[in-house]
Amino acid sequence: MNKIVKSLEEALKLAGIKNGQTISFHHHLRNGDYVLNMTMDIIEKMGVNNLTVNASSIFDIQAETISNCINKKIITKLQCNYMSKQLGRKIVDGILECPVEFRTHGGRASDMQKGIIPVDIAIIASPTSDNMGNISGKYGISACGSLGYAFADATYAKKVIVVTDNLVPYPLTDYSIPEIYIDYVVKVDSIGDPSGIVSGTTQITRDPVGLIMAKTAANVIKGSGLLKDGFSFQTGAGGASLAAAKYLKEIMLKEKIQGSFGLGGITSYMVDMLKCGLFKTLFDVQCFDLGAVESIRLDPRHKEVSAMHYAGPYSKSAIVDSLDVVILGATEIDTNFNVNVHTDSNGCIIGGSGGHSDTAKGAKMSMIIAPLVRARLPIVSDEVACISTKGEDIDVLITQYGVAINKKNKELKEKLLDSNINIVDIQDLKKKAEEICGTPKPYKSSGRVVAKVFGRDGDVISTINALK
Amino acid sequence: MEILSSAVSGTMESSDCMVSVSPGSGKIEIQIESIVLNQFGDELKKTIENTLKELDVSNVKISLFDRGALDLVIKSRIECAIERAKEKK
Repeated sequence: MNKIVKSLEEALKLAGIKNGQTISFHHHLRNGDYVLNMTMDIIEKMGVNNLTVNASSIFDIQAETISNCINKKIITKLQCNYMSKQLGRKIVDGILECPVEFRTHGGRASDMQKGIIPVDIAIIASPTSDNMGNISGKYGISACGSLGYAFADATYAKKVIVVTDNLVPYPLTDYSIPEIYIDYVVKVDSIGDPSGIVSGTTQITRDPVGLIMAKTAANVIKGSGLLKDGFSFQTGAGGASLAAAKYLKEIMLKEKIQGSFGLGGITSYMVDMLKCGLFKTLFDVQCFDLGAVESIRLDPRHKEVSAMHYAGPYSKSAIVDSLDVVILGATEIDTNFNVNVHTDSNGCIIGGSGGHSDTAKGAKMSMIIAPLVRARLPIVSDEVACISTKGEDIDVLITQYGVAINKKNKELKEKLLDSNINIVDIQDLKKKAEEICGTPKPYKSSGRVVAKVFGRDGDVISTINALK
Repeated sequence: MEILSSAVSGTMESSDCMVSVSPGSGKIEIQIESIVLNQFGDELKKTIENTLKELDVSNVKISLFDRGALDLVIKSRIECAIERAKEKK
């Protein structure tokens, strides 16, 4: 049996590509990915059109290729969990007739599993593969660490093509995704630009406002009663979220607390906490920096997990269901604690849920950390322009002017009353922000619907409109 | 106050603004570029007009490149630019 195919074009032909199909991609090579662009260029030459592209996330490096394919009707439908602003801007300008479908990381995997978003051909960029398609992200010049989001594509797509720039002899023992799912293996010169795949180091903020919020967040975690042996934690790679991990680490070391697991997109900061013995294990669906890639390769306590295991709402259980605390960001939050991470204040798409809604739903305490004002824009509004994560799943908002607790979590408020944390009403935070900035004119794009946001349970919870 | 030369004040950093002024052609001409134009466009114009009035300037070309500065910042940047522009270079 031979799975090696000499070109991606031939593999696509063998996979039976035709008009109207769905092609999927994962985003572990992030803004260094060459594979989506390479594939779409070949598809354009083959003359195939009217495709649905399902990419777990879309980055700026892919914006030009995708918008070109949209203009030529090669792509007529897009599904993703996150879209960075370059393509986001074009989508709200209305280049795509059919609304983009946004899902969560867990929701995408579960919807593939349930057959709601069937995939005809999955293209899996693989930093290392053997000739039968046992693949890993841990090795090779384009190493990205975990391949967590690609498991669903490999498992549920009808045909699966591996694209690698590091073909090794059989067997690749330390594989992530086994050969049983793989139809074809294609060797190319390069699958990505290492400098765009992972950042060298992830920096903790030096912004004093960020540090104040981070310290407050750590104190809220301490006061919540959740910080005890067995504690589990996820935080983002944003400056203030990482700084919160730094203060949390200090508290855990001082009070000799041994946590159970750290979860998420993993940074070297979480790796450091693992090395200090503060967690027994790290569950990693995506590596954010070189330190994380090295750790997942070398440290058996640092374990790769699939998107289904991370956060699949259709899984019998997912890790997020056992998570104590998650720290998340927001571009905007309203007085009902609904959070927007999809659009900016001018209605442009600049991101997406990713694992935001998944972890917010699962965690015992979901924290939003955000400065009250960003470049004259209040972070708190009466109504967010786009609901990414529902307020019912958010427990607390940390700002530099105080901490607002969602009234559904009475227990947390009682626990924090005795601490010296400045607890304020979210309405007062909104007032405070408007004292500083003035009251912004509410801005809501009014054109046709250009994107639908699916909550992790599969319902459309929000829509995004064209700018005109 | 009379504007005799061109001058600038401020930076392009987030939450700051850059103000440029030059001698006018008998009136006030205002140009505004701002990341919060949709939300605060009217306020920005008012802040410029009020500040010029306080400084008794009625013949100037003024442009504001705003990166989300608060009113008091914009006002200070305008005052500074005008101060710099009142001497002939």
